Amino acid sequence: MDDTSRTITRADLAESVYEQVGLSRNESSDLVEQVLDEISNTLVSGENVKISSFGSFSVREKGERIGRNPKTGVEVPISPRKVLVFRASHVLKDRINEKQ
Amino acid sequence: MTKSELIQRLAERNPHLYLRDVEKIVDTVFDEITGALANGDRVELRGFGAFSVKEREARTGRNPRTGETVQVEAKRLPFFKTGKALREALNNEKDDSQSSEDSFYSPFSTSD
Repeated sequence: MDDTSRTITRADLAESVYEQVGLSRNESSDLVEQVLDEISNTLVSGENVKISSFGSFSVREKGERIGRNPKTGVEVPISPRKVLVFRASHVLKDRINEKQ
Repeated sequence: MTKSELIQRLAERNPHLYLRDVEKIVDTVFDEITGALANGDRVELRGFGAFSVKEREARTGRNPRTGETVQVEAKRLPFFKTGKALREALNNEKDDSQSSEDSFYSPFSTSD
C-alpha cells in the first residue's frame, strides 16, 4: 500500500473499546479477546458466523487430494481438512474503495 | 451465529455489563477493522487471523456471455488469512509446538 500503512493489532482494538465504551483498559482488552473467542469457538463447533455489514466466516471441508513436494517431486496424499473462508460484505468492500 | 447472537452470548458471559455497552464493544471491534482496511492498513490478530487489502489493477474484461469487452476499474479487495491456532483448532490438532507463531497467546480454549 502506501508509506503510511501500518498494522493494527489487538491492542489497538482494545484501545478503541476503552475510548468508546469507558471500561477499564484491562476489561476492554479482555472483551476484545472474548469477541474473538466466541467467533473462533463457534467456527470450531462447525457453525458459520455472519456479521452484518462486515462479512461472513464459513468452514469448508476439503477432501483428500494428492499433493507434490515441489522440491523432490514426490507425491504425497494431503489429508482431508477444514479451511476457514471469509467473505466480505458489500458494505465492507464499498468502504475499502471509498478513499482512493 | 449472527452479530446479534454474538452480542447475546457476550452479554451472558458478562452479566455486569449493560447490553448497549456489549453492542458498542462488538460494533467498535468491527468498525475499527473496517476503518483500518479502508485506510489501507493491515489488521493482525495473532491466533485468529489477519485482514489485509489487495490492490487489483484496472483491466479490460470481457462479458463471458456476450463476448463484449468492458473496462474494469482498479479496486481494492479485502482478504483474510486464518491464523495458525484457529486453523489447528478447526482440524482438532493440539497446539503444543513451542515454536508456533501463536505461542505468546492462547487465544481460546480448544474443546477436545
